[in-house]
Amino acid sequence: MNTPFRAPGHGRVDRGTTLSFTFDGIAHTGHPGDTLASALLADGVHHVAHGIRYGRPRGVLAAGAEEPNALVQIEFPFPEPMLTATTVELYEGLVARGLSGQGRLSGEPDTARYDTVHAHCDVLVVGAGPAGLAATLAAARTGARVVLVDELPEPGGSLLGSQEPLDGAPAMEWVGAVLAELAEHADVRVLRRTTAFGHYDDGLVLALEKRTDHLGAAAPAHVSRQRIWRIRSRQVVYATGAYERPIAFDNNDRPGIMLAGSARTYLNRFGVLPGTRAVVFTTNDSAYPAALELADAGVRIAAVADVREEVPEHWRSACAERGIAVRAGHVVTGTSGIERVTRAHVAPFGAGRLGERHGVDCDLLLVSGGWNPAVALFSQARGTLRYDAGIGAFVPAGAPGGVRTAGAAGGTFTLAGCLADGVAAAGQALSALGRTVPETALPVTGPLPHGAPARVLWRVPSPRDGREDQDGTLQFVDLQRDATVSDVLRATGAGLRSVEHVKRYTTIGTAHDQGRTSGVMTSGIVAEALGVDVAELGTTRFRPPAVPVSFAALAGRNRGELFDPVRVTALHPWHVEHGALFENVGQWKRPWYYPRAGETIEEAVQRECRAARTGVAMMDGSTLGKINVQGPDAGVLLDRLYTNLMSTLKVGRVRYGVMCGVDGMAIDDGTVIRVAEQEFLLTTTTGNAARVLEWMEEWLQTEWPGLRVHLTSVTEHWVTIPLVGPRSREVLALVAPDLDVSNDAFPFMSWQDTTVAGVAARVCRISFSGELAYEVNVPAWYGITVWEALHAAGDAFSITTYGTETMHVLRAEKAYPIIGQDTDGTVTPQDLGMSWVVSKKKPDFVGKRSFARAENLREDRKQLVGLLPADEHVLLPEGAQIIATSDIPAPPVPMLGHVTSSYRSDALRRTFALALVRSGTRRIGETLYVPLDGRTVPVTVTDPVLFDKEGARRDG
Amino acid sequence: MQLITCPWCGDREEIEFHYGGQAHVAYPEDPYALDDEQWAQYVFFRDNPKGPFAERWVHAAGCRRWFNALRDTVTHEFLAVHRAGAERPSPTSTAKGQEATR
Amino acid sequence: MTVETPVRFSPLAAWQDTLAQLPTGIRVRELPHLTQLTLRAEPGSTAVRAVAACLGVPLPGPVRAELSGDVEVLWMGPDEWLLVAPDGRADDLLARLRSAVGEEFATVTDVSAQRTTLALSGPLVRSVLAQGCAVDLDSRVTPAGSCPTTLLAQAPVTLVVHDDAPAPDVRLLVRASFAAYLAAWLVDACTEHR
Repeated sequence: MNTPFRAPGHGRVDRGTTLSFTFDGIAHTGHPGDTLASALLADGVHHVAHGIRYGRPRGVLAAGAEEPNALVQIEFPFPEPMLTATTVELYEGLVARGLSGQGRLSGEPDTARYDTVHAHCDVLVVGAGPAGLAATLAAARTGARVVLVDELPEPGGSLLGSQEPLDGAPAMEWVGAVLAELAEHADVRVLRRTTAFGHYDDGLVLALEKRTDHLGAAAPAHVSRQRIWRIRSRQVVYATGAYERPIAFDNNDRPGIMLAGSARTYLNRFGVLPGTRAVVFTTNDSAYPAALELADAGVRIAAVADVREEVPEHWRSACAERGIAVRAGHVVTGTSGIERVTRAHVAPFGAGRLGERHGVDCDLLLVSGGWNPAVALFSQARGTLRYDAGIGAFVPAGAPGGVRTAGAAGGTFTLAGCLADGVAAAGQALSALGRTVPETALPVTGPLPHGAPARVLWRVPSPRDGREDQDGTLQFVDLQRDATVSDVLRATGAGLRSVEHVKRYTTIGTAHDQGRTSGVMTSGIVAEALGVDVAELGTTRFRPPAVPVSFAALAGRNRGELFDPVRVTALHPWHVEHGALFENVGQWKRPWYYPRAGETIEEAVQRECRAARTGVAMMDGSTLGKINVQGPDAGVLLDRLYTNLMSTLKVGRVRYGVMCGVDGMAIDDGTVIRVAEQEFLLTTTTGNAARVLEWMEEWLQTEWPGLRVHLTSVTEHWVTIPLVGPRSREVLALVAPDLDVSNDAFPFMSWQDTTVAGVAARVCRISFSGELAYEVNVPAWYGITVWEALHAAGDAFSITTYGTETMHVLRAEKAYPIIGQDTDGTVTPQDLGMSWVVSKKKPDFVGKRSFARAENLREDRKQLVGLLPADEHVLLPEGAQIIATSDIPAPPVPMLGHVTSSYRSDALRRTFALALVRSGTRRIGETLYVPLDGRTVPVTVTDPVLFDKEGARRDG
Repeated sequence: MQLITCPWCGDREEIEFHYGGQAHVAYPEDPYALDDEQWAQYVFFRDNPKGPFAERWVHAAGCRRWFNALRDTVTHEFLAVHRAGAERPSPTSTAKGQEATR
Repeated sequence: MTVETPVRFSPLAAWQDTLAQLPTGIRVRELPHLTQLTLRAEPGSTAVRAVAACLGVPLPGPVRAELSGDVEVLWMGPDEWLLVAPDGRADDLLARLRSAVGEEFATVTDVSAQRTTLALSGPLVRSVLAQGCAVDLDSRVTPAGSCPTTLLAQAPVTLVVHDDAPAPDVRLLVRASFAAYLAAWLVDACTEHR
């Protein structure tokens, strides 16, 4: 199947296979190897989108990632917005439509897989054009580990789009031979369809591989659609090529206006003729091969307007042979046409003045304003740039360590030069790694015609200049943002002098093409307007990502159940099986409460609380951090880190302790048991386990390395089961037959090793509820067995499992603080009403000196108190502010403190709260107010301990 | 993702490390000989230089060792790392330099 | 009264079947209930020599594992090793080591249930681990006998390279609470190879 715009004998698409697709509701066909853009052009479709601001028809300007115009929305197989038609590989069944700037995200979840892979190499080469391939080959031959990434489905880069021979044969034969050799090297990885988009610290380059996008609906579900490669490379060679630059002239945005090199690519890579009758407008030699190759393929070249007065003889005669008129010293001043360009207006441009213009009919206008090295990644890597006035572009100047460019990215534009440069760059990279590159024979390139220097031209003066409010209103600079020369001039007219400011004022370069075709041109126009040197003005900064990357790709597999690690205890399966609802505590899943059928959370928690206060209840306390502290100086270390004295603790006993920072603020609390003369085991709060160990190690390793102490985390070695309530003693006795559970034999704050349900266990008599309670610790493997045994033994006592919510209510009734909930890093143990935990005997410990700071002795510090709402049904929100008056005064409202914990208490038959209140202890008995829903709730300040103040219940 | 050289484990991604602030700030010999202001200097005040800065880091996800580093606060570059207790690093003896010649 | 052996469960007991169904090219199985002891001692000390003599192997240096004996010794930190032995050896080893150490300053802690062990083998092991591990696992960089403690996906792990080529055999020690997350991650990472 052939269409009028397919050039016979050209291109690398598979014409034996036809792909059907729909664009803007119209059925089209194309071939494997096509992009959406090439297939549309082959069908004669040039008008593919509209400008975002003025809605003007827009066509296809380029053939690759630099495309600013041809934005499309994919509708099938999966909606995806704002892709460029030039980078969408064609597949069967594709449904797409042109956009006017913005697309839409799918409302449906994306079911495709995305993943991330780490790779490591000696040399990373970015770009598989002639320079990149030569560099890769040279590096591979040394046995180095090499990764080559290239954005196209087929390596070759510029060779795909030209007819230049290598070794007297089509250049792609050389590419094939190179790839075959690279495939022989086990340490070389060639990644196609992979775009490097970010250069980060220490040689880390991120690249996006589009793995199955080109398969459309046929993409296998189990293969990731896109992959982020995290490539850690010791040396990076950027062989990223160059982007052709357009020129600003009136109506330079019409469909049918195309970069000359891109037209050449459409012919040679895709076998597509982008028009039938073309005008070429150039400032340099590079447009001539395009003109000649297109002419040879059947495109009538109506005229070549070359702004230079002198056109090299080689090109002039080659054009003459084909009957192509070359108009030296001419420019295109504007175009006509509605849906597509129909005429170019050509005029002499001697001495910077426009002569008389005349129209040349055409359906294709090819433009070449020169070439900009693709330096975005090099620049991200902190490579510096300099302005090369000869080519009107910014080229690499200073390369940071481990980074270099090769080929056109470095300003080398001949094929022979690119090949040699690639080998040289590989050689430098490898010698930096202490390797020597053997002589690499390069293929022979065709004869290089004698050329002439380019002329730098950013903008053709408009015949309308001076006749309108603003010059350049129809001269487009950034086609994606619809920003024009007049916008730039308005910016400079408003006094802006920096291109960074002009960028933000005009939005030029902020679209997703990142101004590849507009950035340097903007610098040029700004410089002209300000009468300064472009070199001085510079260009805008390049930032990652260099190409659009979807959030799905960045998230990779860290979504759904793998979004964040879910940490579970050994008892977790039991909790799930028994209907627990879970609360996230850091990364842990902890049972929150265990609702029975039809129960609300309030009802469930009341029931659980009642069981703990009147019968027996059990919970999973395994998430508590546990640190084993061993060595002759273990007691000394603990004395220095806890506020109270630990070294005097007797083997067999337990002590509660608080740790403070050097600022005297409580940072953690827990119990400490003395296992042996030289061994302690301490617990930390669930969320602080790692932090406390790190804190202790920091002191030990950096401040007191002489102490003979070792710290070992044993958090997950143990399953910890608090068994709570007046009947807990009886339940424990049933499963621990060897244990004398009597109060005398096993008093409060002591521990014993025994056997529970046949398992060697350590049982502590500690309580976080005020009730008689035990804490059964067994190696985690036996957790379920012991848990179930306790549960079964408790059956006769209607044992109740409870979760964190009930735990919180029970502890709050007793005013046991939760560090991090009732404290916020500004609360001392004294503020918590726990002066008793602060040793007066120890000469020093971490935090002690700060207790004596004037600030920490102020009478009006915030202190932990209880709050009882006057209305016993009102549940104060945690975080609610506390004020002194029933009327909310005019702002600023004096805040006395805030509610830190608030619950409904089954034991108290009412709601209650804990709060940090300024001079709280002194205010006990006062009525304060909590603003809530536009009114204030009166609350009575009380002692924080609201239940069993005498501690009568702990012994059962 | 920067690489940080753990003096024990070698180069690892920065996510494995935790920051510990300025290094070589010793706990005062006798805190009670200091007035509030002097004590506050120790507790709250740290240098904030532009350029090389001696810092404390811990290889939290690895060997759990605290170590000292000299880091340039302008470039973020680690100029040197050294084990706690070892002699203070000189900017020339960077572990990454050693890596490059390995 | 008969003495019943209490039932115990390893962290990944419920994952056994799922792990058995991974694609060809990678085999993952839990090695449950291994004896694991944390040894802390000053390198070069008498205690270290005593432990080495007791175990019959030298205590390895940074990021290296001594895998030759019945008791594997993994370097975890400059004064820290993890001793890994078959199931049921904790009491015996603890007693032997403590007696070998004598009055010297060295500590041994039973942490057997703190972590579980996954054995990964097959040609796909490296490419699966490369999805979540930033450490270069190439056998020239991380050869057999290496034991980096690092992150795999978002979980802290110790990787022990038992055998590097051509089909790697890697042990993965993971904290018990992270084991299910890591198993889910590994199974998901193998999806592509189905």
